[in-house]
Amino acid sequence: MFITVKGERKEIADNITVSELLKLENIEMPEYVTVSVNEEFVQHENFDNVKINDGDVVEFLYFMGGGK
Amino acid sequence: MAFSNEQLERYSRHIILKEIGVKGQQKLLNAKVLIIGAGGLGAPAALYLAAAGIGTIGIVDADKVDLSNLQRQIIHATNDIGKLKAESAKESMQNINPDVNVITYHEFVNSKNILQIIKDYDFILDGTDNFPAKFLINDACVISKKPFSHAGIIRFQGQLMTIIPGESPCYRCVFKEMPPKDAIPTCRQAGVIGAMAGVIGCLQALEAIKFITGTGKLLTGSLLTFDALEMNFHKINLPKRNHNCAVCGDNPAITELTDYEQPACDL
Repeated sequence: MFITVKGERKEIADNITVSELLKLENIEMPEYVTVSVNEEFVQHENFDNVKINDGDVVEFLYFMGGGK
Repeated sequence: MAFSNEQLERYSRHIILKEIGVKGQQKLLNAKVLIIGAGGLGAPAALYLAAAGIGTIGIVDADKVDLSNLQRQIIHATNDIGKLKAESAKESMQNINPDVNVITYHEFVNSKNILQIIKDYDFILDGTDNFPAKFLINDACVISKKPFSHAGIIRFQGQLMTIIPGESPCYRCVFKEMPPKDAIPTCRQAGVIGAMAGVIGCLQALEAIKFITGTGKLLTGSLLTFDALEMNFHKINLPKRNHNCAVCGDNPAITELTDYEQPACDL
């Protein structure tokens, strides 16, 4: 199936969860990453059971604490 | 208030813009913007906002200028080392534009002083370098219904979002709770390319100017990220304001400020 991750369309295996996608994308420290699927946030406790579907738009939002 | 000839010339490139014009420049001259942190993000923002003729600019910082700041904090110069950053910033701003009234605060924001500091300003820029301050600024601005620009930078990355409390999602709608101490590196630990502070700080200044003049579309409801290595800007559309948000939700759990401490990292 095809999904859009960080604005780029890509092909991934069917039937994967948010947790599995985070691993595939090599996202470090996923416990501190906010994930949205189709402009809805997925709660961290649901990463293992929320499935990614064909056509989904997935975004990863990271903490950035610097500024000075 | 009529413009002097000098002001007409100084602001001529603004006045000629149909989106700004005489009326917009007047709004800028009447506006009050607060910059929290006279560092990487605050430096370029303060310089451009002073140059733009923002009438009153507040600048909050208790630090003194250090040699390691000068790689990115372009409002300070080598001979400012050891001066209070807020004062050094004020000198640079007033050298650029004597029209600007700069108010300095030689303190860091905390739960006791922040509501009093922000209350007279129209728009606030978060130019701080730590999560307790970023969460405090978010919560204080939401409670006080003050529009503000959040930003963060690290290495070759930066991001920002504009928050209109009660209308657009706040920082806490996106990031519910502070990460543990040292879980997410700071610029001191991980480094930051100096020009990144310039890019993101200038974008914050643009948001302030757009807000004051009512020009264009603000960066509300979305988070703009910039990756300098890929030279890629990416705008992430956010969900609507979270009605269950701890601070901007319909029944907020946070109604008073406390000083946040980052939980110790157990990694």
